[in-house]
Amino acid sequence: MLNIENIHITFEPGTPIEKHALNGVSLSLERGDYVTVIGGNGAGKSTLLNITAGTLFPDKGMVSVDGVNITHMPEYKRAQYLGRVFQDPRRGTATDMSIEENLALAYRRGKTRGMRWHINNKERGFYQERLATLELGLENRLSDKVGLLSGGQRQALSLLMATLKEPKVLLLDEHTAALDPKTAKKVLELTNKIVNKYNLTTMMVTHNMRDALKNGNRLMMMYEGNIILDVKGEEKANLTVQDLLKMFETASGEEMASDRMLLT
Amino acid sequence: MLIIQGAVSLGLIFSLMAIGVFLSFRILKMPDLSVEGSIILGAGMAARLVAGGVNPFLATAFAMVIGCLAGLVSGILHTKLKIPGILSGILTMVASYSIVIRIMGTSNVPLLPHGPQRVVSVFTFLTDAGLSRPNAIILFSLVIVIVASSLLYCFMGTEFGSAIRATGNNQQMVRAQGINTDVMIIACLMLSNGLVALAGALWAQQQGFASVDMGIGTIVVGLASVIIAEVLFRPRMFWTSLIAIVIGSIIYRLIIALALSVDFMRPTDLRLVTAIIVTIALCMPLIREKGAKIFARRVK
Repeated sequence: MLNIENIHITFEPGTPIEKHALNGVSLSLERGDYVTVIGGNGAGKSTLLNITAGTLFPDKGMVSVDGVNITHMPEYKRAQYLGRVFQDPRRGTATDMSIEENLALAYRRGKTRGMRWHINNKERGFYQERLATLELGLENRLSDKVGLLSGGQRQALSLLMATLKEPKVLLLDEHTAALDPKTAKKVLELTNKIVNKYNLTTMMVTHNMRDALKNGNRLMMMYEGNIILDVKGEEKANLTVQDLLKMFETASGEEMASDRMLLT
Repeated sequence: MLIIQGAVSLGLIFSLMAIGVFLSFRILKMPDLSVEGSIILGAGMAARLVAGGVNPFLATAFAMVIGCLAGLVSGILHTKLKIPGILSGILTMVASYSIVIRIMGTSNVPLLPHGPQRVVSVFTFLTDAGLSRPNAIILFSLVIVIVASSLLYCFMGTEFGSAIRATGNNQQMVRAQGINTDVMIIACLMLSNGLVALAGALWAQQQGFASVDMGIGTIVVGLASVIIAEVLFRPRMFWTSLIAIVIGSIIYRLIIALALSVDFMRPTDLRLVTAIIVTIALCMPLIREKGAKIFARRVK
């Protein structure tokens, strides 16, 4: 479903702070794969996600979704294939607009915006139905401005918006990192519920090892612009935090703690 | 009475400009200074065509078109050439001065409604029908304001309009939802500057001339109306904002008229008074807060 081949990208080339952020990364996600991506700061996991999303373009390599080459396709065009949830809850929604207006925008992802009215009554029922599945009571607040919602509610809404029109690939960029632990847990539960229900191909970047182990059917660890670990299914299910730490040390020759990786 | 009549007619005409400023500053959240250029482009275009005997409605339509083009230029400078919004507006504004002199042929075009050669303006058909000129101007402007606001309200409720509003809110999210933000920014700037040029066209026909320096300070006048509207009415919906701005624009003209009617004031003090009004309106929230505290202390 998602194919990434031999991606290279260098930031600030030719300057003293030159950084080879991705160093020939390749990966292939099957339909329904739910991969969690971990790695320390600067390992390249967010860069990989941004190259998939189209906010960054690689120096070399190819990205394709369902056979379509999207390597150089602008962000807004490839959005027809992708659902995205950002780390900052404020980035996924339009604050001054109502919940239903936000959902109506998301429901038309990949379609041309024309002169039809931006929302109709039939949709409203559908939005209420889907909002109810979040169990946050938002289904009765369709015309409330999104700015009135808490961070967790906004993130749950962003998640719903990203999946309202079923994406070919769902990209989650540390989407629970800015939330308090209890809310983060709730949002992650919702994520799993939605991903499983629609069997979505998902890439979740996270700082949290336990989350990476507990969720999804596949786990990748990145280090200095390379994928140093890629485990699936049974093998992944049996992994522990201790295993991960050990593998990291063997691969990098460093102690994990020195890489400021969060172990929570 | 005369003062009020003048304030209402100017207030109505300039409310179109203020709505244009509202679109760029508040909806798109981009400080677009090209409105200083599009007001004179609109005025100059309408004046030149009307003076040349062209149908005044057609002339006014052409004025709107050239305003839209000014918005298009600012939009392209900002989105495609990546020039910061405030600077792309300034570039368009500066260029407009030369363009408007090209259009008018001179720096000043008179339109004398009762001169030896009768100039037909958009208001003429109403004065011919028996209305006094001030009343004709008020009636016609009111109709235009109502029609323009209604159309704008409907447009902003469409999928396209909704995408424009979201672009002003959060461009990142809008792109993630598959919308080309560049198109939305350009469209909104064209719409905004088209409205400003329409105001310019009506203004030239109302005052009976167009000159190249008549647009200076337009942006502050527009902001004054928007801010007065926000401070007084605190509108929450799009359509209440539109109504509030029209009223705000008229209130602004009344304040100016009253201020300038004081003996020692000169007509040229207009811009100083405008700047003071905007300053006061901008710090109203602060004054309210402080005032409430002092009041609370007294009550205690």
